[in-house]
Amino acid sequence: MKNVKTIKSIKELEKAIESQIQARESEKKSILTVSAGTCGQARGSLKVIKSLENAIKIENLEDKVKVKVTGCHGFCEAEPNIMIHPQNIFYQKVQPSDAEDIAYQTILNNKIIDKLLYSDPISGKTVTKENDIKFYKKQKRILLGDNALIDPTDIMDYLSIGGYGALAAVLSHLTPKDVIDTIKKSGLRGRGGAGFPTGKKWEFTRETLGEPKYIICNADEGDPGAYMDRSLLEGNPHRVLEGMLIGAYAIGAREGYIYVRDEYPLAVKHISIAISQAEKLGLLGKNILGKGFDFQVHISKGAGAFVCGEETALIASIEGKVGVPRQRPPFPAVKGLWKKPTNINNVETWSNIPLIIENGAEWFSEIGTNGSKGTKIFSLVGKINNTGLVEVPMGITLKEIIFDIGGGIPEGKEFKAIQTGGPSGGCLPQEKLDLPVDYESLTEAGSIMGSGGMIVMDENTCMVDVAKYFLNFLRDESCGKCLSCREGTQRMWEIVTDITEGKGKKGDIELLEALAIATRDASLCGLGQTAANPILSTIRYFRDEYKTHIKDKKCPAGVCKELIQYLIIDDNCTGCLACLKVCPQEAISGELKKIHVLDQSKCIKCGACYEACNFEAIKIV
Amino acid sequence: MVTLKINNLEVKAEEGQTILEVAKFYGLEIPTLCYNEGLSPYGGCRLCLVEIGEGPKTKLVSSCTYPAEEGLVVHTDTKRVIEARRMMIELMLSLAPNSKVIQDLASKFGVKQVRFKVRNEECILCGLCVRMCAEQMDGRAIGFQKRGYKRKISTPFDIRSEECRLCGGCIYICPACQLRCQGPDADTAVCNACLNMDPTCLDYYDELQCWMYDAGRCGTCVREKAEEEKAESMK
Repeated sequence: MKNVKTIKSIKELEKAIESQIQARESEKKSILTVSAGTCGQARGSLKVIKSLENAIKIENLEDKVKVKVTGCHGFCEAEPNIMIHPQNIFYQKVQPSDAEDIAYQTILNNKIIDKLLYSDPISGKTVTKENDIKFYKKQKRILLGDNALIDPTDIMDYLSIGGYGALAAVLSHLTPKDVIDTIKKSGLRGRGGAGFPTGKKWEFTRETLGEPKYIICNADEGDPGAYMDRSLLEGNPHRVLEGMLIGAYAIGAREGYIYVRDEYPLAVKHISIAISQAEKLGLLGKNILGKGFDFQVHISKGAGAFVCGEETALIASIEGKVGVPRQRPPFPAVKGLWKKPTNINNVETWSNIPLIIENGAEWFSEIGTNGSKGTKIFSLVGKINNTGLVEVPMGITLKEIIFDIGGGIPEGKEFKAIQTGGPSGGCLPQEKLDLPVDYESLTEAGSIMGSGGMIVMDENTCMVDVAKYFLNFLRDESCGKCLSCREGTQRMWEIVTDITEGKGKKGDIELLEALAIATRDASLCGLGQTAANPILSTIRYFRDEYKTHIKDKKCPAGVCKELIQYLIIDDNCTGCLACLKVCPQEAISGELKKIHVLDQSKCIKCGACYEACNFEAIKIV
Repeated sequence: MVTLKINNLEVKAEEGQTILEVAKFYGLEIPTLCYNEGLSPYGGCRLCLVEIGEGPKTKLVSSCTYPAEEGLVVHTDTKRVIEARRMMIELMLSLAPNSKVIQDLASKFGVKQVRFKVRNEECILCGLCVRMCAEQMDGRAIGFQKRGYKRKISTPFDIRSEECRLCGGCIYICPACQLRCQGPDADTAVCNACLNMDPTCLDYYDELQCWMYDAGRCGTCVREKAEEEKAESMK
C-alpha cells in the first residue's frame, strides 16, 4: 500500500486491476500460503509463519519463495495448514519445528514431506494436493476459495484476483435498477437465516421515500459454534466492502454500517484496515471513480448479545439504545436506522453480490435448487472427523455434507442427529439424512437454515440434554421483553432440567409441546418464534428418549448424571488401580490385582474412572 | 383512512392507529395487561394477541403495537389466539399468583391450573411502571436491567435514584402489587373465585383514609382488620 495514487476513474481502476492480475500471473517465486484466521492463530499459525520466515532466511531462499499470510481456508481440523504453489502441495498440522524441513526439503530439493500430508481418516491414504482431499472435493467454494489466495490486509492483492472489477462494471454501465434486476434474477436470498429475496429487499428500500438511506452489514454472528461470517470478514474483507458499495449504489445509500461483534478482534482489525485502504485508494468516500457517487462505511461494535442479530434490535443497538427488537411493520426498509429507510444484509449475502455482478445472474442461478440459489457456507462442528467451514451448493443432502465432506463420525461411532441453524434450529435424525439442504426443506423438517451452524451428534449424545443446552442459551439470550419468550424459554428449561435429573412427571412432554407452540406463536421476533425448535424437533424425532427419561428414569446415551451409574464389571477388572488413582472422591477401593469396588454413595459420576480404564471394566447403566 | 377486516367485519381506521385502538373503537374486546391508554404501547405481556392474515400463512401479533394496515384480515379470538393467551395467563399466574388482575384474567379465560413451579416473584415485567415513571411522571427513575431470565426492573445500580420523587405512580399502575388477591391456594396457584365479586371485601376504609387512595379495594386492610378483631376476641 505504499505510494499508491488515488484512483480517480473507472479506466484507472480497470488498469490497476489488470496490472495486478498480470503481476500475480508473472510471479516467479513459490508461494507458501499459511492460513492465519482466528482459528489458525489459535492453533499456532503465527509461530509457524515466524519460523518459516526464519528458515527461508537461513537457507537463502528469499528470491525463490514468499510467505503469504491469509485468512481461514476452512479446514480447521488441519490447522495450521500450508499450501505451496505452484507445486500444489498441501501440508497440514504444521508445527514451527517443521519449518526448516519445509524450506530445505520441499522448496530447495523439491521433496514432499510425507508426515505433513493429510491422510484420509477412512482409507488411511495420504493426499498431496488440496483438491484431492475429500473435504474439499464436494464443496463449491465460490466465496471461501478466495480466502486462500489473498492477503486480507492488502487491497492490491484483492485487485489481483479481479477484485473491485464488479464495482467498475456497475459504475460504468449499469443503472441502479439494472443492478437490482440482476440480483433479483439471480435468486439470491438473505443468508442471515430468514431467506428473504435480496433483490426485493433492495427494491423496497430504494423505492421508499426518505433521505438519507442507510445500508447495514450484519456481522453479529452469535450462534454457538458458527463462524462463517467471521471467516469472510477476516479472510476477504474487501469483497464485503465491494458488495456494500454495489448495494449502496443500487439502493441510493451514502452511508453504511458494519455491525460486528467485539469478540471478533481480528475481523474488526481486518475490516478496519480494508476500509482505510479503500478510502486511500478512492474506492470509498466522495465522488467515487469520478461518478458522483459518495459512500462511507462505519464500524459499529456489538457487545455480544445474541438478540442483536435481529435486525430491529441491531438498529437500536447502533443508535445507542438497548438492543431490544421492536414491532415490524414498519420494516427497516421504511423506518430503519435513525427512522430512515435502511437495508440490512448479512456478511455472506453482501459477499455474494460482486460475484453475481461479475459472472451474471444466470451463472449464480444455475447453482442450487429451484427455490434456493447459490452456495451456502456451513460451519461443520461437533462429532465429525473434518471439522471446518464448508461451502456447498444449495440442495446438497445432509448425508453428503456429513459423510463425504465431513468424513463421518470419529471413532467409528453411530450418527445420531444433526442440529442445523444455530441454537434456535432443530435436531434432525438419521431418517432425514437424505434431506436436501435448502430453506424450505429444512423448515418443513422442523429446523431452519439459520445462518449456517451445523452440529453433528453421535450415539453418545442425549437429545434431552441437547435440548437443555440450547434452552439454557436461549433463556440467557432472550431480550426478556415478551413474556412468551422470556418465561417460555425459562419454563421449558426448568421442565427439561427436571427431566434430566430424574424428576420428570407424566404430562411433561405434552406441557413442553404446548408451551413451545405458545412461545413460537406469541413472541415478537425471530428469537422467540424459533426458540421452540430445539424442543419441538427433539420431541418429534426422539420422543422415546424423553419417555425413557421420565418413565424409567434412565438416560439411554449415558449422559444425564442423575440417571446413570458407573459399575465395575468384575470379570473384566484386572485390579490395575488405574481407576482408583484418578477418582477424585476416593470412591473406588481395592488392591493391586484384586477386583476393585465402587462405592456408589461417594460417586459423583464424573466419569474419570470410565476414561481411565483400559480393560472396559467400567460400564454406564 | 385504511379499510381492514376484524372478525369478518369491515372497519375503517385512521392511518397510524393500532389494531387494538380500532377494535376498541368498534367495541370489539381484546384483553390487555401491559397496555394503558395514557402510555406508549409496549407489547410485552402478549395478551392482546390477534391472528392476522388468511389461509395457511397466518400469524399472531400483539394488537397494541401492530399498525392497522389496508386490507389486513384480523381475527381476535381464534383457537390459536385463545390457546396462546391462556398460556400467557398461566405463565403470569405462576409469577404473581397474588395479583387480582391476573387472577381475574385467569377466571375469565378459564385457566384452571398452573402447571409450572410457582415462583411468587410478583413482578411480571410488563413495564407499566417504567413507562408511567418516564412518560407521565417525567421521572425516569426506574428501568429494565439485564436480559433473558435475569431481566428485572430497578433503579440504576440498584440504589435509590435521585430521580425518584416517591410519587407512587409505579405502585399505582402495577397490576401485580396493587390489587391483591388473597385466594390462590398454594397447590394450584389459581383462585377462580371473585371475578364478579366487587368489592372483594365487605368493609373498608374510605378513600381518604387509605394510604393508597384505593378505598380498600385491595383487601389488605380488611384482612388485617379481621385479624385484629380475631386477636381481640381471643383475648
